[in-house]
Amino acid sequence: MLLKDEVGMLQRIPLFSGIESTKLKLLAFTSDRVSYSAGQILFRQGDEGDAAYVILSGSADILVDSDSGPIKIAEMVPNSIVGEIAILCNSSRTATVRAASPVEALRIRKDHFLRLMREYPEMTIEILRVLADRLSHTTADLIDARSAK
Amino acid sequence: MEPSLARYIWTHTKKQQVWILIIVLLSMIPYFMSFDLPKLIVNGPIQGSGFEQPGATRPFMKLHYNVPFIGEVQFFSGFQLDRKETLFALSLVFLLLVVINGLFKLYINTYKGRLGERMLRRIRFDLVDRVLRFPPVYFKRVKSAEVATMVKDEVEPLGGFIGDAFLQPVLLGGQALTAMLFIMVQNVWLGMIAVVIVVIQIVLIPRMRRRLIVLGRERQLTARALSGRVGEIVDGIGAVHVHDTSNYERADIAARLGLIFKIRFDLYQWKFMVKFLNNFLAQLTPFLFYMIGGYLVIQGRLDVGQLVAVISAYKDLPGPMKELIDWDQARQDVQVKYQQVVEQFTVDGLIEPRIGALTIDDPAPMTNPLSAIGVSIEDDGGAMLLDRISLQVKPGETVALVSTATGGAEALAEAFARLNWPASGKVASGADDLLELPEAVTGRRMSYASSDVFLFQASLRDNLLYGLKHAPLTPVTYDGAAADQHRWNMHEARRSGNPDLDIHSDWINYASAGATGPHDLFEAVRRVLDAVVLSRDILDLGLRSSANLTRHTELARRIVELRAALRTRLEQEGLSGLVVPFEPGAYNKEATIGENLLFGAAAGPKLADRALAANPYFASVLKEAGLDRTLYEMGMEIAEQAIELFADLPPDHQFFQQLAFMTAEEIPAYETLLQRLKNRPYEAVSENDRAMIVTLSFAYIEPRHRFGLLSDELMSKIVAARNRFYENLPPELQDAIERYDPAKYIAAATVMDNVLFGRVGNSHPDAPDRIRSIVYDILDELGLYAELLDVGLDFNVGSGGRRLTGGQRQKLDVARALLKRPDFLILNRPLSALDHRMQEKVLRNVLEAARCDGHSPAIVWVVTNPAMAAMFDRVVVFDSGQLVEDGTHETLLAGNGIFKELLS
Repeated sequence: MLLKDEVGMLQRIPLFSGIESTKLKLLAFTSDRVSYSAGQILFRQGDEGDAAYVILSGSADILVDSDSGPIKIAEMVPNSIVGEIAILCNSSRTATVRAASPVEALRIRKDHFLRLMREYPEMTIEILRVLADRLSHTTADLIDARSAK
Repeated sequence: MEPSLARYIWTHTKKQQVWILIIVLLSMIPYFMSFDLPKLIVNGPIQGSGFEQPGATRPFMKLHYNVPFIGEVQFFSGFQLDRKETLFALSLVFLLLVVINGLFKLYINTYKGRLGERMLRRIRFDLVDRVLRFPPVYFKRVKSAEVATMVKDEVEPLGGFIGDAFLQPVLLGGQALTAMLFIMVQNVWLGMIAVVIVVIQIVLIPRMRRRLIVLGRERQLTARALSGRVGEIVDGIGAVHVHDTSNYERADIAARLGLIFKIRFDLYQWKFMVKFLNNFLAQLTPFLFYMIGGYLVIQGRLDVGQLVAVISAYKDLPGPMKELIDWDQARQDVQVKYQQVVEQFTVDGLIEPRIGALTIDDPAPMTNPLSAIGVSIEDDGGAMLLDRISLQVKPGETVALVSTATGGAEALAEAFARLNWPASGKVASGADDLLELPEAVTGRRMSYASSDVFLFQASLRDNLLYGLKHAPLTPVTYDGAAADQHRWNMHEARRSGNPDLDIHSDWINYASAGATGPHDLFEAVRRVLDAVVLSRDILDLGLRSSANLTRHTELARRIVELRAALRTRLEQEGLSGLVVPFEPGAYNKEATIGENLLFGAAAGPKLADRALAANPYFASVLKEAGLDRTLYEMGMEIAEQAIELFADLPPDHQFFQQLAFMTAEEIPAYETLLQRLKNRPYEAVSENDRAMIVTLSFAYIEPRHRFGLLSDELMSKIVAARNRFYENLPPELQDAIERYDPAKYIAAATVMDNVLFGRVGNSHPDAPDRIRSIVYDILDELGLYAELLDVGLDFNVGSGGRRLTGGQRQKLDVARALLKRPDFLILNRPLSALDHRMQEKVLRNVLEAARCDGHSPAIVWVVTNPAMAAMFDRVVVFDSGQLVEDGTHETLLAGNGIFKELLS
């Protein structure tokens, strides 16, 4: 997959959809193209968050440790971004991500990501929107869970 | 040192001075004989006096003397030679005298030069010897660059003067006196005139020179201060830039240079003024002769012959006088310089020579306790750092010194290390004052490391082993020319009062590190490096540097085995994809196009980096392979993409680290180049511009940059070009490149590149780390771990060790202290640059490593964190220069003192 295809992929991710394509190209160029075979770990829960990943092809499982071993809580498909929370709030990884099939991904380094956010407010707002959206989902889930008890 | 230069010279060279004087007097004989000879030749054989009769002969070399009371004695009646034969004989004698005079001159000059150089060597050595014996407090006040300039520059003129120090006045004074006497004999009154003028010269000129001496001293001091300041700027360059004070420094230097200029200019003015006066006085005498003498002749009170004789005798006087006065000038000059230097090097409390005397045999272990008895230490301002502290450290005991900010534990540690001399009280080993013990004992049986590390600009190995180099332990045998050279070196060293220690001897005291020789020293080195957690850093340095193949032959010899082992291991672990190996007939996608073309490591600048595209041979290879145009187009494409991506970023943007093709500074140049070349046919582009563009393509790696510029056809063309490049490689480029060969070690490449013999794939972010740990594993398995550590130890630490991080420097210092297995190990906040976790880890390791093979030293550790004290037998707490608590960790913890406060 070439740089220009990657830009096309990035454009389809809501987080980046509002950003002009030359900036996305720069983001893609300065990111590392990485590949994982099935079963390989992209990052582990508890690790320090140093990069976000955009899945270009393949799929990956998001696993959370529990007393009875890891539980799969979600699956990442192409055109999704993972790991951006840890790099935004300097926390450690809240989940483990493992390739479920051969995965091609774009690895965006933390400092690059933050730099872009500083320089392009439209991107920052977009990220805020996505995060707020997730928060409202989570809150709704929480209410559901509480009322189900 | 002697305060008077004349006495210093006389003490050390009196025999030589007398000898050279005798030689000079001897040389006078042929010298004066050669004066007389031309007259003999002209009068005798040429004009024919004595050969009036044809066929007349004269005796040649007739030796006869008038001995008092006995009368004339004839030793040799001489050869009878005719006129022509006499001419030849006398001419040959003249030639002989010329040769003899020349030889005398050669001998005298050489002798004087050598005498001067030996003295210079002696003075310099004496000065440095004194530096080695200065008390520690002195170094707080001097600038190193000033000391260096004194030793190097300020005593330099002494060398030239020493040969003439006594010879010149004797000789010139003699000549002047003779001339004076001769004038006196001709006419007393005219002689008196000459005497008066000479007396005026002798009295007046030195008086005028006094100012010269003052100026000379100022010149020396200002120049010395200048070099001190320059040294300071170099050492403190960081502070200069951080505070934007470079213009302040410029102003300061300019002001100093202005002052120096003024002093020097004054000096010149005076010097030439004095010279003028001197010349004037010398010319005044003939003026008086002509006027007064002439007047007397006219009066008839003096006959013409006498006047002419006086005037011609006078011409021999000014020469020696002038030289004598010049000599006096030189004398005063060097005397001032010498005094200035000696004053600086005359210091109270110089360490006795016996303290630092060379000791070959190792002293017995220090089995007595180390104690501070009523020790008070003041800082330079007179403030009390320690107030009458008494403390005893028993052999084998581990003591943590815990200190509040003003506690003074560091000062005590420095006192234990003899770096800080107590103002009152003493530090003692048993009953002996520590300051009275020879350094051979304290330097070998005690170790000290602090946060203030000094490393020499040498390899890591040299710095690590520095603490073992106490004495030359092995005699070195020299053969042939080297032996002669060595004998000469030692002889000269002794003649100049230098020690005859051989720097090429093996100075490393292996026994002290617990080894028996170079072959098993490494175990000890590895142990201490592991203890301070420095091995890994050194291994990394080793991997990143290119090995010196004369020393590390094993790596080169087993490189094939190593590479194979790495491949096998990668395959076993299913990681083959991580490394794409170099194969002579294949394109390596993870390497740059440049690497694929060259398929070798550039040794030297001819084919490296930017020079490659401009190299005519390389360009011709590209052309023949049909690649020149393709790569040019590719370069244009890369330039366009790069400029599109990066043109509007500020030059310091961190993204530029990702741009392998050009630097941020080159972007504008490429932008204009691109404008100019766009739409221009390839044929119309100049060679230079082509090279500029083509060179961009050399850095391209498809999987990393993903511009989609590499096709299968292009790859095979590149491999073909590679082979073509090596087929016709011109001889002048043979040494500029080392071709990749799976069976050969590449000297110009790093160890890592050699082992990998390929490129790590770009698509695995953790690949470099994983590969590195696999490489370490393999090296360990194959027994090459030590060799790699040894390569790393070759790393030059730079000036003051600045190529290492602060933490690495401190670790190295602790390793060095540990290596000599002391009886008392004093550590003064040694790891302050490390975080607490690392400090504790190293502390634990060091406590363990110090107690190996039955050896158990006492350890005194000034800890940075009170929590670290838990690992020691005993804890001593300092506050405000007082010892406030002393006990085991448990007892102090149970109490309610400062220690508990510090911990919480």
